Amino acid sequence: MTRGVSAFLARRLVTAIVFVLLVSSSALVLTRLVPGDATTESAFTPGGQAVRAQERARLGLDRPIAVQLGAWLAGLARFDLGTSSRFNKPVGDLLQQHAGPTAELATVALGLALVIGVPIGVLTGARPRSLLARAITPISLALVACPPLVGALVLLWLALVTGRLSVEPGRLAVPALALALPLGAMIERLQSQATGEALASPDVVATAARGVPPARLIWTHAARRSLRPVLGLFGIVIGTLFSGSLAVEWVTSWPGLGRLTYDAVVSRDVDLVAGCALAGAVLIALGNMLADLARALVDPRVREQP
Amino acid sequence: MTRARLRLGLVPIAAIALLALVGPAIAPHRSGDQFADRQYAPPMRVHLSDASGWRAPFVYAQHLDDRILRTYSEDRSRAQPLRWFQHGRVVSIDERDGPLLLLGADELGRDVFSRLLHGAALSLGVAGCGTMGALIIGVFVGGLAGSRGGWLDRSLMLVADFILVLPGAYVILVLRGLLPLVLGAPTVFALMTALFAASAWPHVARGVRAIVATERARDYAEAARASGAGTFWLLRHLLPAARGFVLVEIVLLVPALLVAEATVSYFGIGFADPTASWGTMLQAAGNVTMMAEAPWLLASALAIFAVVFALHLAGGTRTEHALFISSRS
Repeated sequence: MTRGVSAFLARRLVTAIVFVLLVSSSALVLTRLVPGDATTESAFTPGGQAVRAQERARLGLDRPIAVQLGAWLAGLARFDLGTSSRFNKPVGDLLQQHAGPTAELATVALGLALVIGVPIGVLTGARPRSLLARAITPISLALVACPPLVGALVLLWLALVTGRLSVEPGRLAVPALALALPLGAMIERLQSQATGEALASPDVVATAARGVPPARLIWTHAARRSLRPVLGLFGIVIGTLFSGSLAVEWVTSWPGLGRLTYDAVVSRDVDLVAGCALAGAVLIALGNMLADLARALVDPRVREQP
Repeated sequence: MTRARLRLGLVPIAAIALLALVGPAIAPHRSGDQFADRQYAPPMRVHLSDASGWRAPFVYAQHLDDRILRTYSEDRSRAQPLRWFQHGRVVSIDERDGPLLLLGADELGRDVFSRLLHGAALSLGVAGCGTMGALIIGVFVGGLAGSRGGWLDRSLMLVADFILVLPGAYVILVLRGLLPLVLGAPTVFALMTALFAASAWPHVARGVRAIVATERARDYAEAARASGAGTFWLLRHLLPAARGFVLVEIVLLVPALLVAEATVSYFGIGFADPTASWGTMLQAAGNVTMMAEAPWLLASALAIFAVVFALHLAGGTRTEHALFISSRS
């Protein structure tokens, strides 16, 4: 059984590496393909074209795209991500400063969303006609419809008006809540639906007929069965998480990957764009691999998939 | 269940579409109109009664008490009845004592209510057009992959999966950032439509492919193939099976792309400021310290929420549908 899981993981690891390389390479090539480069503005300064040609040579922009891509990939093999032309710093250092906070925010928000969403979802799914479910379902539906950009702005406003939450840049409460609330509601809806379906499935009905107490039926038998479809949708959850975190980082001045990516793209900083794409792709691949691992652990059929 | 809900949901969808179509026409002011001495003016209250009893709806003229602190008060001596369907406006007042500001004014003294209506056309329009584009690409790619199968199917779905895994907001940020930043509103509209279509089609293609592939195995498709139907002739018979799915997909994509527009414009790389879209209006709310004193700047956030909520009620959410599909596969 463990061999099945490790073989499955190995296959997923290869897919993840190909994914990461593909994302960062295409980001690099795209940045080179569009008009303008990091030196375009220097053409308007005194000295003009001569200075620009010098700069292009220094930054390696006079090389063909394929050569630059090759050099970048060779650098990557040595964990050297090049130098940012915009910040004049090694890309690795910049990423360390920015990818960390993004990962931290995403982890905290996802953890919070799971802790809120899963148990409440099991409760509302098991007893859809109870008072609790009737009270929570509309709240949950409203929170799902509250995009993180809107949520973050409204939370900031609430924080300012009530004075309860800190709005200082770098404080975790507002951005984490703005991300976690819609995500938690989404997970709650999912878990609720899956629990309802699991409870109606023949094997769980048969277990109930054997006289297993309701609490064990819901929290052990049905919950385990509902995990598979819920974990199967984690790809969407992680995509939503990162899309949302971009907006939330912006609103709350969270020093994450979002702003860095924007700066890199706008200033045509080839190495930094590729580096940001690499960091983002690694975070997403990691998230998806963890979800796949969890799926493989609860569902033997998943391991057999190519 | 989904079908009944969709039918019920047609009401909010029709209302939203109507808002987008007639919004600019019924707005009391143009989106760029700035009113002197009305910076951060609060919303006017619509009154129905005064000292002498009940009256037709009216507002009191606003008076600027302090220009530095931006405090306003109602001038109780100057009541202005709301005029309906006069001077080419649905609702207006005699503007000698200042403009009608039903939702207050922003930092430049522009009418938030009017900007909200003008923005509706742009934001909902770009979301709608992006959805249409995504549907066209998605149905074509999905139909082709599902009906042909083989290596074409595998490679097209590989591309679709690749795009699906990427977070849409980042993709749009990078692609938009790589293009010239300052562009006219029509160009931005076309560009955003194209970007949205390019990043949203895989959702459609995946589902259409699955439906078409199932249909292809059925007897009628077999019979059509046996009588010599080519790929595209066959597709004409297979695609109608995906009709229900495509309808649901519209209801799922419009809110997602509406949020995308707001995000991109909020970052300052979507529609540029004098143009009113729901995203550019949020930029004004991004000034955190002002937001506490002028919460009406969040009007467009509320509008986005309302539209997303209405469409979710009508058509469900993305994960609900995905779970429905995955728990049956």
